[in-house]
Amino acid sequence: MLGFVIERLLQALIVMAVISVLVFVGVYAIGNPIDVLISPDADQRIRQQTIEAYGLDQPLWAQYLHFIGRVFTGDFGRSFVFNMPVLELIFSRLPATLELTVAAVLGATVLGIPLGMYAGYKPQGVLSKLIMGLSILGFSVPTFWVGLVLIFTFAVSLGWLPAGGRGETVVVGGIAWSFLTLDGLSHLLLPAFNLSLFKLAMLIRIARAGTREVMLTDTVKFARAAGESEWTILRQHVLRLISIPLVTVFGLEFGSTLAFAVVTETIFSWPGIGKLIIDSISVLDRPVMVAYLMLVALLFIMINFLVDIAYAGLDPRLRVRRS
Amino acid sequence: MDAASPLARFWSEFCESPIAVAALVVVVIISGVALAAPLIAPQDPYDLAHLVLMDARRPPGFVGSNGYTHLLGTDAQGRDLLSAIIYGLRISIQIGILAGAIAFVVGVAIGTSAAYLRGRGEALIMRIVDLQLSFPAILLALVLSALLGKGRLPLIAALVAAQYAYFARTAHGAASAERGKDYVEAALSTPLPARTVLWRHILPNSLPPLIVVATVQIANAIALEATLSFLGLGLPPTEPSLGMLIANGFQYMLSGRYWISIYPGIALIVLIVAINLVGDQVRDQLNPRLKR
Amino acid sequence: MSRPALEVRDLATHFTTRSGVLKAVDGVSFDLAQGEIVGLVGESGSGKTVTGFSILGLVDPPGRIVGGSVKLAGQELVGLAPRGLRSLRGRKIAMVFQDPMTTLNPVLTIGRQMQLAILAHDKAGAAAARDRSVAALSRVGIPDAHRRLQAYPHEFSGGMRQRAAIAIALLHRPDVIVCDEPTTALDVSIQAQILTEMKGLVRDLGTALIWISHDLATVSSLASRVLVMYAGRIIEEGPTAAVLRSPCHPYTRGLLDSLPSRSAPGRDLAQIPGSTPSLLRLPEGCAFRPRCPQATQTCLAPPPFERAGVRAYRCHHPLAAEIAT
Repeated sequence: MLGFVIERLLQALIVMAVISVLVFVGVYAIGNPIDVLISPDADQRIRQQTIEAYGLDQPLWAQYLHFIGRVFTGDFGRSFVFNMPVLELIFSRLPATLELTVAAVLGATVLGIPLGMYAGYKPQGVLSKLIMGLSILGFSVPTFWVGLVLIFTFAVSLGWLPAGGRGETVVVGGIAWSFLTLDGLSHLLLPAFNLSLFKLAMLIRIARAGTREVMLTDTVKFARAAGESEWTILRQHVLRLISIPLVTVFGLEFGSTLAFAVVTETIFSWPGIGKLIIDSISVLDRPVMVAYLMLVALLFIMINFLVDIAYAGLDPRLRVRRS
Repeated sequence: MDAASPLARFWSEFCESPIAVAALVVVVIISGVALAAPLIAPQDPYDLAHLVLMDARRPPGFVGSNGYTHLLGTDAQGRDLLSAIIYGLRISIQIGILAGAIAFVVGVAIGTSAAYLRGRGEALIMRIVDLQLSFPAILLALVLSALLGKGRLPLIAALVAAQYAYFARTAHGAASAERGKDYVEAALSTPLPARTVLWRHILPNSLPPLIVVATVQIANAIALEATLSFLGLGLPPTEPSLGMLIANGFQYMLSGRYWISIYPGIALIVLIVAINLVGDQVRDQLNPRLKR
Repeated sequence: MSRPALEVRDLATHFTTRSGVLKAVDGVSFDLAQGEIVGLVGESGSGKTVTGFSILGLVDPPGRIVGGSVKLAGQELVGLAPRGLRSLRGRKIAMVFQDPMTTLNPVLTIGRQMQLAILAHDKAGAAAARDRSVAALSRVGIPDAHRRLQAYPHEFSGGMRQRAAIAIALLHRPDVIVCDEPTTALDVSIQAQILTEMKGLVRDLGTALIWISHDLATVSSLASRVLVMYAGRIIEEGPTAAVLRSPCHPYTRGLLDSLPSRSAPGRDLAQIPGSTPSLLRLPEGCAFRPRCPQATQTCLAPPPFERAGVRAYRCHHPLAAEIAT
């Protein structure tokens, strides 16, 4: 098992390096970075000064190396727009996004797996068809539109919940969290639900497909022949068997949830890193873009890594094959 | 037994699901309307001469200063919403199909080549594809779109870059499975060039899962384009896609002028859901493990 | 004579498919005495596996039992409520399937699966369950049972896996066990071992056994009585030795003749001409008629099931010159 872990770890590091190159080159090579920093009618001298100050006159590979050097000291540069260290900027917004994402993922899992299993257990039932219909909606409807409808229904028409922003926060462990207050929860509910829908739909479909398949296998027949109750079969056999594809999707989809947070945060004016990146992209604040992309890539690689490990943990057949 | 061709059998099985048929009808109707946009739409939303600012933000049923009844109201610039929606659907479908088709070709080429190469080449290519797959399409499209600027071409490039990986992976999986089969080994041992084997044998048999992916990806492309437009990227304001219409109307929603956002939204949803429903039915029918 | 362990009467199981109604089991009747071993023989498509499933009520849609009765120690199983069926399955009647690799759950340890089977009918603590499992595994000849409990199915050899499956079936000492080709997927040498062990086990426990197989050879060494199935019906029945020596039905004769052991070296293997009919379109009258060397006009009418002492056959022109009593 250890060899497996180390091998995967090395792969992850290599990928990270490659991505850092791609991201850096992509962001800095396309377009003209200097245009964001100075007003168009600044004269040549100021232009030249700024270029040199930011090191933009150096060849790209030199810029990259400097960049990497600084990264290892934790310095991702300064935001062109906010004029503060990028890392600090990102970390100040991170808790909000984490809150949102974790709430969304939890909600999707707790609701999605049981609903999906039920739909797979009784595929012809009315409730199952309803669940599947809703899952198609959750799956295909763009997140931003659902957010719109949610705001329109619950905030504008019914006035039950706030239309945006983050609620009151409580500082725990040096970080401000909003889910610990009632006001915070009321602000968290709609965006978290909005964010969870895609994942919820996905989980329902996978759980349903997996359950349907497994229910037709000999394993289930044999368990039935032994007199095991349907409940036991679902919990002990089916759940264990479908957890393998579920975990894969779960892990990979965690990343996409983080990505969709971008849209949700924009609509609900949630002050997280998603909104930050949108704002940064529209003004082409390159250091922030680079840092964000690299951090997201790092997150993905870590998730991939963890999923691989979990996969091997859940399916004992995989453990034997590593050489 | 009846000598029905696989296609005919597929079709008759398809027709057994009323939902799928209804969805297909919807898709066809919308596509028809969108294609005929210049002929059908009451007003040309691109024609600035027709816009009457005074008629802006009017509710559905409002009779404009040119005597025309705006069935769905007008938007912030005084455009007839119905016309704008029809043209918006046209753009959505065009871009969705174009991006989907190109992503299909690119992805299938990459995936099938990888399967054919085997060994290290295959491993390398597929690792890259897998990595890209785990990266959310929207983020990729976002960044590419921002960097490449607005316009159709950059948008399609961004969409293709975000989506080809799905095709590549499916094509690779199917082609690998076929590649390992005996009949392919046999064909390859004949003087037939590899290209022919690929074209005549491997590709046609890999088609079913690819069709499923294609329908899903077209719907995805449409949704992705709408999201990008909503966020202010993608298409320029001169080509108002549905996403942009929705974005423009967002601020008015809070003051009760819901139609500017909601109706384009409904049109978008209907299109996407219909495509997905058809794709679902196709996928269920092509899934060998659910065969009864 | 005590009551039979199992009484099957006119069992019929049909599958409703898009292409029509498939009569997998079309009026099967037989008795199983307590402690008796009966072989159910037929080619693939004869309906023998579905018969096994039907007895336990394990037929998946689109199939369902459309008629007949199955009585386990006098209790009717067809139409029994799910709760009742569940209480009997595993406890009074059990089943062993063909491929243990697919019947055992690959992600659970053997011990866990046995525990689940035990808990299905008894409230037992973990330690008690473990002891019972160890005893069961040892009884089927798996060495080092205590450690084996922690193992996963893929860590066992094919023969051991099947033994574990048999152990699970025997956990509650059922009165009847249905074995569906349990040795087909195994090596020949292991087959022989398991056959002998099964014989010993059921003798010790007094369990009745239905051994489903396409292989006459295995059946002959194990079963005291044999039932031959064709196209969803039983077409011959009788004591194993007698049936093998002098079959009544042309089909049975054909099966016996096509055994490699029966043909002289160097000569072509005998074959029954044609192939088993599609269960969607059975021939008119006797299902075997198109392939039967003795078919006549009479065979266009379905042959009745005749009994003659311990022998029975469904044929208008039975073979045995003397239908011995």
